[in-house]
Amino acid sequence: MSPLPSLARPADRLEAMLLIRAYELRLAALAAETGIPGTCSAVGQEAAAVGVVSALTGDDLILTNHRSAGHLLARGADPGRMMAEVMGRRDGYCKGRSGSLHISARELGVVLTSTIVGGELSLATGVALSQTMLGRPGIVACFFGDGAACEGIFHEALNLAAVWKLPILFVCENNQWQAFVHRRETMLAEHISGFAAAYGVGGATVDGNDVEAVRAAALEAVESIRASGRPFLLETATYRMRGHLEPDDQHYVDAGELAAWRARDPIAQLRSRLLAAGGLTDGEADAIDARIAARVAAAEDFALASPWPDPAGLADDVYA
Amino acid sequence: MEQISIERAIGQALAEEMRRDARVLLLGEGVATKRPELVAEFGPARVRNTPLAEAIIAGTAVGAAATGLRPVIDLLFAPFLSYAMDALVNSAGKLRHLSGGQFEFPLVAIAMTGAGWGVGSQHNHNLEAWFAHAPGLKVVMPSTPADFKGLLKSAIRDDNPVLYFVDIGLLQQAGEVPAGESLVPLGRAAIARSGRDLSLVSYAKTVPVCLEAAARLAADGIEAEVIDLRSIKPLDLGTVLDSVRRTGRVVVVHEANRSFGVGAELAALVAEHAFDVLKARPLRLGGPDAPAAASIPLEQAYVPSVGAVCEAARSLLRCD
Ligand SMILES: Cc1ncc(C[n+]2csc(CCOP(=O)(O)OP(=O)(O)O)c2C)c(N)n1
Ligand SMILES: [Mg+2]
Repeated sequence: MSPLPSLARPADRLEAMLLIRAYELRLAALAAETGIPGTCSAVGQEAAAVGVVSALTGDDLILTNHRSAGHLLARGADPGRMMAEVMGRRDGYCKGRSGSLHISARELGVVLTSTIVGGELSLATGVALSQTMLGRPGIVACFFGDGAACEGIFHEALNLAAVWKLPILFVCENNQWQAFVHRRETMLAEHISGFAAAYGVGGATVDGNDVEAVRAAALEAVESIRASGRPFLLETATYRMRGHLEPDDQHYVDAGELAAWRARDPIAQLRSRLLAAGGLTDGEADAIDARIAARVAAAEDFALASPWPDPAGLADDVYA
Repeated sequence: MEQISIERAIGQALAEEMRRDARVLLLGEGVATKRPELVAEFGPARVRNTPLAEAIIAGTAVGAAATGLRPVIDLLFAPFLSYAMDALVNSAGKLRHLSGGQFEFPLVAIAMTGAGWGVGSQHNHNLEAWFAHAPGLKVVMPSTPADFKGLLKSAIRDDNPVLYFVDIGLLQQAGEVPAGESLVPLGRAAIARSGRDLSLVSYAKTVPVCLEAAARLAADGIEAEVIDLRSIKPLDLGTVLDSVRRTGRVVVVHEANRSFGVGAELAALVAEHAFDVLKARPLRLGGPDAPAAASIPLEQAYVPSVGAVCEAARSLLRCD
C-alpha cells in the first residue's frame, strides 16, 4: 500500500479539505464550461470525509458511493488520476470505465465503490468478514448517505454486522438531501444514528461541519470497534451545499436553510479557528492555498493529456 | 463407481472443496442446521446460518469474494434471488469491469428451481436466462449427479461469480459419480446420446425428457442426438454447432418459459452460424409465458413432455 498522506495535524486536515473543495469546484466549472460529465460533489461535507479518514490507519479499508471525492482525496488519491477518471480517460483509477460514480482505488484501500444507493452497505459486511476470517488487522469504514438509510439493505447490513460482530464503522453522511428530495420528506427521525440501538450496536451523531469533532468521534468509534470487534454507526450531520449532480441550480432548496449552513462552512470555520488560536499563520495559509491551486491545475493538465480508452477494450475485464 | 443422489453429490463437492481450500465458506439460511457434518469438520466460522435476508447474504458474499474469501451461498429457491439481484448483477457482475479490473469475485450462488415439489411459482421459477443475460456472471444447470458434483467443484475454483441452479425434479435421482477428484469444466457441454438425424439441445430436468424421447424416436428409426449443455454461460456453442452441422436439425428444450429465453438465444446462434446446413427451422420447446402453478398436474404440464419432444422432432423430419 502506498504511504497515506498525514492528516495528523489540524493544518493537514485544513489542507486536505481545501484540496477536496478546490478539486470539486474545478470539476463543476469544467462541467459547466466544457461539458465534461457532471459530478456529485460533496462541497460542504469535507469535514465529514477528512475527519473520519484521519481516524483510520493504512490497514483499514474504505467503501464509498457516488459522492466519493472527499473520501478518496483524504485517503491520498492522486487528483490527476481522479480527474482523468471523471473525464473517462485511460489514466483514471478505473481506466476511465467508472467515471465519477464508482471510483475504487484498491491500492489506497478504497474498495468496491458502488453507485447503487446502499450497494456499499451490502458489500461492507463481506469485506469485514474477510478481514476477520483472514486475520487482517484493519477495520472497514463504509460511507453512505441519509438516503441509503431508507434502503432495506442498510438495516440488513447493520443487523448482520451486529450479529456476526463485524468490525465496521458505518458512517452515515447525513447531508439532508437525497437527490432532489429533502430528508424531512422521507423519514420521521431527525437522526440516523438512532437505528444503532435497535440493532444493539453503538451509535453517535456528530457535528459533521466540525472536522475536529468528527475526528474525535471517529477516533473513539474506531477504538471501540478495534477493542470490541463490533460495528459502530457514526452519523455526521452536515449539508450538501451544492446540487445533487453538476450542474444543478438548486432552485428547490430553501434559501434560508442553505444560507444558515453556508454560514457554518466547515473550511471557513477551521481556518478562522486555527488562525485565531495561532495554529496557523497567514503566511502558512497562503502557502497552502498556493499548493492546492498548483495541484489542481496540474491534475487538470494531466487528465486532459490522458488518452481516451481504446474501444477495442470494450469487453475487457468482464471475466477474471 | 458409486451411485449417489444429487443431494449427496452436492454435499460431497462442498466438503471436498472446503477441505482443499480454507478460503471456501458456506453461508445461507439454515446451511449450518442442514449440514452438521460440515460444521463438525470445518467449524461454525466457515459454515454459517444467516439472518433471513437474501440481499445481505449475497452482498456479504460479493464483498468477501473481492477481498480474499471464496464464499458459497445457498439462497434456497431461485425466486428469492430477486432480493439478491443488486449484489449479484450490479456488484459481482459489473464492478470488475467498472473498476478497470481491480477485483474478482470467486463465489457460487446455489438456488433450487423447477417442477417437482408442487410449491408454485414463488418457489419454482427457472430464471437462468436473467443471469445469463447479465454480463460478468456464469450460469450452470447440470442434470446428472456426476455433473452436479464436478461442476460445483469447478464453480468453487472459478474466479468468477457462478449461479448454480439445482433442478428440484432431479434432486433425489441417483447416478454414478466417479470416486475421488473429478472436475467438470464450466462451459463444456456433454453429448448425452449420439445421433445423426437431429440435435436435441437441453439442460437440467429436460435432458432425461430428451433422452426418453430419443429412445422412442429410435424405435421408429429416427436417431436423435441429445446435448446436455450443463453450463448455460459460458455456452459451449462449438459442441452445439458441431452437432447441428452433422444433423441439420435442432430442437432446444428447456423447462423455462420460451419467451426471451435460453432457447431463443440458441436458436438465433444456430441460425447465425449454421444457416447453410439447416434442413429445417430451429424449434424451441419450453414452458408457457405464465408463472408455474402449484397443482402437481399443472406443474408437470408446464414442462415439455416426451411426447412433445417426439412430435417436434417428427415435424422437423417431415420437412424433408
Ligand atoms: C438504488 C438507487 N436508487 C436511486 C439512485 C439515484 N440516486 C443517486 S444518488 C441518490 C441520492 C442518494 O441520497 P443519499 O443516500 O442521501 O446520498 P447523497 O447523494 O446525499 O450523498 C439517488 C436517489 C441510485 N443511484 N440507486
Ligand atoms: Mg443525502
